[in-house]
Amino acid sequence: MSFEVDITLGRGGREIAVAFTAGPGLAAILGPSGVGKTSTLDAIAGLLRPVRGRIVVAGQVLFDSAVGIDLPPERRACGYLFQDLRLFPHLTVAANLAYGQRLADPARRWIGADEVCDLLAIGALLGRMPATLSGGEAQRVALGRALLAAPRFLLLDEPLSSLDPARRDEIMGLIERIRDSLGLPILYVSHDRAEVDRLAASVVHLAA
Amino acid sequence: MLSPAEWAIVVLSLKVSLVAVAGALPLAFALAWVLARRPAGPLVLMLDAVAHLPLVLPPVVTGWLLLLAFGANAPLGRVLAMGGMSVMFRWSGAALAGAVMAVPLMVRSIRIALEAVDPRLEAAARVLGAGRWYCFRTITLPLAMPGVLAALVLGFARALGEFGATITFVASIPGETETLPLAIYAALQLPGGEAMVTRLALLSVALALAALVASEWLARRVGAGWWGAGRAGQRGAHVL
Repeated sequence: MSFEVDITLGRGGREIAVAFTAGPGLAAILGPSGVGKTSTLDAIAGLLRPVRGRIVVAGQVLFDSAVGIDLPPERRACGYLFQDLRLFPHLTVAANLAYGQRLADPARRWIGADEVCDLLAIGALLGRMPATLSGGEAQRVALGRALLAAPRFLLLDEPLSSLDPARRDEIMGLIERIRDSLGLPILYVSHDRAEVDRLAASVVHLAA
Repeated sequence: MLSPAEWAIVVLSLKVSLVAVAGALPLAFALAWVLARRPAGPLVLMLDAVAHLPLVLPPVVTGWLLLLAFGANAPLGRVLAMGGMSVMFRWSGAALAGAVMAVPLMVRSIRIALEAVDPRLEAAARVLGAGRWYCFRTITLPLAMPGVLAALVLGFARALGEFGATITFVASIPGETETLPLAIYAALQLPGGEAMVTRLALLSVALALAALVASEWLARRVGAGWWGAGRAGQRGAHVL
């Protein structure tokens, strides 16, 4: 299994239990807003500590409250495309892309800057500041930044929700290419059934 | 325009104030960090109150407390004496008084800047592989830097204007501890001192106004990221 998640998240005084397993390729998490989809991704990335439970990704235990394992985010090798992108506003596109690449163990890197720039068609943007990018451009830069950090798996949080239809199609095509050519386990959060049908090998439903 | 004696006063005041802010910065930053990033508990509330004490205490009380701490037979005074140093009636004592008075303003400015840095950006940096310290250096500090600079300017202006704590702690010794405000006060007591008072007072107003304008200009740039942009950007472009 690529993702084995069985956790209880504390949110605003109540607890939500999230449990699923997902096989290789792209697995989608579907569910209405507020059901804990983003919190689940945050927990897998190490940004939100579950009350208890266990998270295993691609054979590595990232969190296990029973034995006291809780890897800090920087040691989880996680590529996280945030819904709000979070490009660093004080750094150029090039420096944003290089941020995680410089920190990654060279032996673990599996994609180069040139390859990422070609794949995402962002080579022309390198000197720009994030504030000057369009929505689609910023999305591609954020995805490139995540890939260059040499992640072992990808978390994509509604990567299409803020885009117009033409851009949606373009980014969806990119995600298909990443899924097919890079062979990374991918967890893809969405509330759009059509997206999920096109992209996902397996679907996890979260209900309130 | 200024006489040599007046220039000497200005130079001494600038030296005292610069040393004061440089000394106050690490303490102010540490306090601001704790106040901005630690959950509010009784200890943090207490620290907040103590950090702001010099802002509301009568400056003469602050000066007297400094005397109690750094006098020849006081605990901190003895520590300094073991190193062959003393701040009593020295310009360094005036700088110490200025630093203590500058800390509350600097803490406020730095704290606001740190609170304005989006924690979601820090989270993104951590996920990309940055440890706490690297994240602080590359994300938090550059984004908060305008606020830190604003704190330096504001603290400098505050130290430059310090009167009550200074005169209580290290007296007003021409050439050693007689800074701008103390010199103005002394000139006021002298017959025929009005011209000197006017010149030094105008200079004080100009310096204070310039500092306030500069610190406001800087504070508005917190989180907008103009400071780290050029350097970090070029570095990044070079890596790729």
